Amino acid sequence: MNFLDYIWLIPLFPAIGFVVNGLIGKRISKTAVGVIASGAVLISFIFALGAVLQLIGLEEGARSHVVKLYEWINAGPALLKSGEVGRFVVNWSYMLDPLSAVMVLVVTGIGFLIHVYSTGYMHEEDGFYRFFAYLNLFMFSMLTLILGSNYLMMFIGWEGVGLCSYLLIGYYFTKRSAGDAAKKAFVVNRIGDWGLSIGIMLIFVWFGSLEFTVVGERIREGVMAGQFHVSDPVFITIALALFVGATGKSAQIPLFVWLPDAMEGPTPVSALIHAATMVTAGVYMVARSNWIYQLAPQAMLVVAIVGALTAFFAATIGIVQNDIKRVLAYSTVSQLGYMFLALGVGAFAAGIFHLMTHAFFKALLFLGSGSVIHAMHHEQDMRKMGALRKKIPTTFWTMAVGTLAIAGTPGLAGFFSKDEILWKAFSSNQGHVVLWLIGAAVAGMTAFYMFRLLFMTFYGESRVDPHVEHHIHESPRSMTVPLIVLAIGSILAGYIGFPLWLGGTNAFEHWLEPVFEPLPIPVAPPVEYSHLAEAGMAALSVAIAFAGFFLAYTTYYKKSDRAERTAARFRGLYRALLNKWYVDEIYDALFVNRAKDTGVGLWRFDARIVDGTVNGTAWTTIRSALGSNWWDRWIVDGLVRFVGGFIKTSSWPIRLIETGYTQNYALVMILGVLIFIGYVLWGTP
Amino acid sequence: MVATHHYLILAAALFTIGVIGVLTRRNILVILMSIELMMNAVNINLIAFSNHLQQVTGQIFAIFVITVAAAEAAVGLGIVIAMFKNKETMNINEIDLMKW
Repeated sequence: MNFLDYIWLIPLFPAIGFVVNGLIGKRISKTAVGVIASGAVLISFIFALGAVLQLIGLEEGARSHVVKLYEWINAGPALLKSGEVGRFVVNWSYMLDPLSAVMVLVVTGIGFLIHVYSTGYMHEEDGFYRFFAYLNLFMFSMLTLILGSNYLMMFIGWEGVGLCSYLLIGYYFTKRSAGDAAKKAFVVNRIGDWGLSIGIMLIFVWFGSLEFTVVGERIREGVMAGQFHVSDPVFITIALALFVGATGKSAQIPLFVWLPDAMEGPTPVSALIHAATMVTAGVYMVARSNWIYQLAPQAMLVVAIVGALTAFFAATIGIVQNDIKRVLAYSTVSQLGYMFLALGVGAFAAGIFHLMTHAFFKALLFLGSGSVIHAMHHEQDMRKMGALRKKIPTTFWTMAVGTLAIAGTPGLAGFFSKDEILWKAFSSNQGHVVLWLIGAAVAGMTAFYMFRLLFMTFYGESRVDPHVEHHIHESPRSMTVPLIVLAIGSILAGYIGFPLWLGGTNAFEHWLEPVFEPLPIPVAPPVEYSHLAEAGMAALSVAIAFAGFFLAYTTYYKKSDRAERTAARFRGLYRALLNKWYVDEIYDALFVNRAKDTGVGLWRFDARIVDGTVNGTAWTTIRSALGSNWWDRWIVDGLVRFVGGFIKTSSWPIRLIETGYTQNYALVMILGVLIFIGYVLWGTP
Repeated sequence: MVATHHYLILAAALFTIGVIGVLTRRNILVILMSIELMMNAVNINLIAFSNHLQQVTGQIFAIFVITVAAAEAAVGLGIVIAMFKNKETMNINEIDLMKW
């Protein structure tokens, strides 16, 4: 079977699952719902795996396969910036190339595991079928996003995942905070989408197409023909507009505020959407548009700086949070910052590599935290946990693997990808030692807060509520098996990008080379560093991470009041961190309340000016009608009645003659005739 | 020998009876019959003078009057029936729409 020609089926299976579960899910058993939803994703995964294996089998230069289903939009002629008249034609088509191959395996593979996990985790929840319908809809949208062969298809998926994110954050819609978080995510994402749509429109106007391959080809030709120049304001604008979209979807400064609140959703949702897949869509999009970024080094600098700052600030907040899911949420924001740092310094492959490894260990950590929360009967505060290691051993061991992986322990997935990013941040042409320093500091903080989480949750004395304590139990197999699979992935995923300096081939980077091929523009020759220097830097970052671990170990593993003492000494800083740098409050003061004030102002305008005008008009009409009524009644009617009355009164004496008796009239007539006869007979002389 | 003035006296008497009938009776039908009486009095006059003056004009006129009287009777009775349908009465005093 030629899977490559059937890649359009990959998003279709979850769509079918969505329709089936959405329509009849309420009437069939929970098992059936779970089997349909997970099965649809499993079939997608099998098809994706088959297609990727066949893609690998192709020649290196020809690893891009487009399947056009039909012409979706064929709008009228449009005047392009080049002076030509183009047509706005968009195909409904899917593309599998090395980049989307990576994404599709991550999304369907991890997505399947999370679906299986959810059948266990969500078993006692109301609206079980609704959850799985949304989850399948999400898979459909996400697969459309990454498999679509043009920007508009990507945009469809982009909006689709945004919708599913909204629906799933607000899954517990009876809880006010969940509803608020969902709305916040939706509104913040709209701001990003505004930028993305501007970027897409500019791309069409400048390049005459939205197909990825065509746009890439046009840019390459334009550069070779001397038409397009590096640092052209147009490309900077497009690159920044696209990046605005990425900051919304991938939770970067300044639009990261929605992601921590998104933890109101069920934990599998946090794992799938808000850690492993959807939030990486921005990274994917920027990597996909790498040619535009190559032409706009200033925009790349912005990406790198925003990424580094996001990584740093999110990590500082993560240090002091007490909610287990919030720590992981800020960790996600921080790791996404890493990915953007990589993209910003031109290390697109490293960014995607980290995206992939991060998907494994962050999904693992979230699912692990879900397993903890499940065991603790929905307690998320780490201050009320502790000493869970023996009670839920599988969860503990898998989470320990995830923690080691994200902290950058040599040999695990996170080490390879994070080290690659740090090295590129330092060594590439766009890199800078400051970026490396920030990255290294974040690595230390990551190790600190992750081990803090691990120690507070699983070690030390139990601070668990006694009522809950004897109910604690290990999660069912449907939850632990995905954890184990993901733990294995977190250990092994890094080896496909085994770095050169350790004698590897960095197959991952090589695999993505066709997508990230540099444009034929003159660049300064990169500074050559020896493998030893790279190894030294890696050792340094590992040392920093170890320092973070050690600090966490002495503070939280050993009985120590250092945490309290430090918090007391730097009370201002501690409070600022605990309150997330007051970003929400600042945004509230600057934007949200201003928007509300504007709304209130408009309402007042409506209530006073508009309504006032309407009511005033009505009042005037009533008054003038009353006046008119008075005039009509007394003056006009008065005249008529006066005339009538006058005639009636004045005719009174004459009226008496008219008796109405016919015979009276006849009598008068006869008398008249007699008088007339008398006159004729005797009157005339 | 019946002379012309005998006819005239008869006609005058008939006419007077008719007038009194019209003025005094309350039943519309009787009033109509009284009118017929008056008209036939006029006819006797016309015939009498036709005979007296030895001219045929009067007789022809009398035939015209009879014709008109027939038409008048038809129309008059029609009106009476319409009146009766509306008022359910024959009393002339109750038909007083002309009253002020």
